[in-house]
Amino acid sequence: MKIENYAETKFYKLNEPVALKCGKILENVKVAYQTYGKLNDNKDNAILVLHALTGSAHAAFINKKTNKTGWWDNMIGPNKAFDTNKFFIISSNILGGCYGTTGPSSINPKTNKPYALDFPVVTIEDIVNVQKKLIDYFGIKKIIVAGGSMGGMQALEWSIAYPNYVKSTILIATSARLNAQAIAFNAVARNAILKDANFNNGDYYNSKHPENGLAIARMIGHITYLCEEAMYKKFGREFKEKPSFDFGIDFQVESYLDHQGKIFVDRFDANSYLYITKALDYYDPIKNHGSLENALKNSNSKFLVISFSTDWLFTTAQSKQIVNTLIKLNKDVSFVELESKCGHDAFLLEFEKQTKIIKSFLGE
Amino acid sequence: MTLKEFNLNYKTVCNLIPENVRILDLGCGDGKLLKILKNEKNVKGLGIEINQDCVIEALQKGLSIVQGDLDKGLDEFQDKSFDFAILNKTLQSTKNPEFVIYEMLRVAKKCIVSFPNFGYWRVRFYLFLKGKMPKSKMLPYEWYNTPNVHLLTISDFFEFCKKRNIQIEKSIYLTKRKVSSGFKIKNIANLLTEEVIFVISKNK
Repeated sequence: MKIENYAETKFYKLNEPVALKCGKILENVKVAYQTYGKLNDNKDNAILVLHALTGSAHAAFINKKTNKTGWWDNMIGPNKAFDTNKFFIISSNILGGCYGTTGPSSINPKTNKPYALDFPVVTIEDIVNVQKKLIDYFGIKKIIVAGGSMGGMQALEWSIAYPNYVKSTILIATSARLNAQAIAFNAVARNAILKDANFNNGDYYNSKHPENGLAIARMIGHITYLCEEAMYKKFGREFKEKPSFDFGIDFQVESYLDHQGKIFVDRFDANSYLYITKALDYYDPIKNHGSLENALKNSNSKFLVISFSTDWLFTTAQSKQIVNTLIKLNKDVSFVELESKCGHDAFLLEFEKQTKIIKSFLGE
Repeated sequence: MTLKEFNLNYKTVCNLIPENVRILDLGCGDGKLLKILKNEKNVKGLGIEINQDCVIEALQKGLSIVQGDLDKGLDEFQDKSFDFAILNKTLQSTKNPEFVIYEMLRVAKKCIVSFPNFGYWRVRFYLFLKGKMPKSKMLPYEWYNTPNVHLLTISDFFEFCKKRNIQIEKSIYLTKRKVSSGFKIKNIANLLTEEVIFVISKNK
């Protein structure tokens, strides 16, 4: 008989208000999180896994209600890359998100209405600061951090902000900061939301949501997660049926994007999309610390950096920038560029090679 | 595995390395040598390897490995940031051996360079008698698929170093099961040696 592991979301309420980088103070912050495996007596076997743009605390195991597995279920579990027989895995929803952690759709205690655009702009630094408070609540002595894409940026920030506390850092398909091209895509995505007729300056929670804008934002996102090769393999120039000679959905690729947009609006809040992409765009430890060397010089962490050959959103060159900085600083670093035809999405799909690498990095 | 069981090349390189030093293994392959040095000499080592599958195998040995192309240089490494750089049976397959040697001399205090000797009498006889590109255990490839694009002899290497003011601190000649560290006449060494290991250095 197969014993299923079920996921359970818990909540941690912060005791104190959070001072944000923008200068504002956020009160009554609540963090949604899940854990897998057991924390040992020394409290030193914890791994914090960090989700990407639209993820949630549900990283692994099965949600009893929806019957869905977590976003990194192929990597987290008994004998998997992040082995729950050995490690205590923590995953939390990021600040500004819409899956249980305080964000723009949460109730503002001052008005008893959703914050909407009154929610302060949060940064990767703020997101990590809140995660640290959750980790402290567990009394964890030393931590391993791991994440892909925007999750990788959070992992990087952990190693910068807590140089003696982080013992290992796993950075997958990520960079120290977005390039102008990636910011441009986020800008177009935000514009689609901001210009939606239902946006109503973010105050749409009691009426129709800006679904068209959010769906377009998601479609743009999905273009950046794939690559020419992946699109060719998935759709080619195939028609859904035959040319319609109007402006309906003709091509398979159009149908795919349309579907991704449609299912996304049911699961994500448009304001959260604005806030989170902003946090992504703003993150720049190179500028904030003068150089990446300065940012990382005090770190006592071991690093593993993985990039993917066809990822043009978070490129191998950007990963190598982090690797080269760590080499200059004489830090313990390993790096591999994995061959893949999946573009940026590879970090969620190519789990066999990643499993081998991460398992050995964490120590067999 | 004990030191006795390693092949002659690994054993010899291992004997050249003091304990607890910092090592850069260029073209480390699946990390066998680096793993031996870690176990036997407690070195702090980093490997560089271009082949993805080799990188994964080396990582599985618990080593620190950075995927990279030696021919693109070692820009990210500071001057003399390693005690030893090792280029074990890799020189002959680099695109720009001169550049690679300059780079390793820059980043390490001492360098160990080994390669199969194309001046070995069996190799010479192969070409002389058969009139075909030599093949052997050490040179198992065909002319059209060999990664060894810059084969050289011991005499070539001596000349190379002399012209560039590179000091040869040690030269160790390997043949089948024998190791010898001194031939009075270099031409004899060039004739009788299958594989050679040099320790080189360069002062500014």
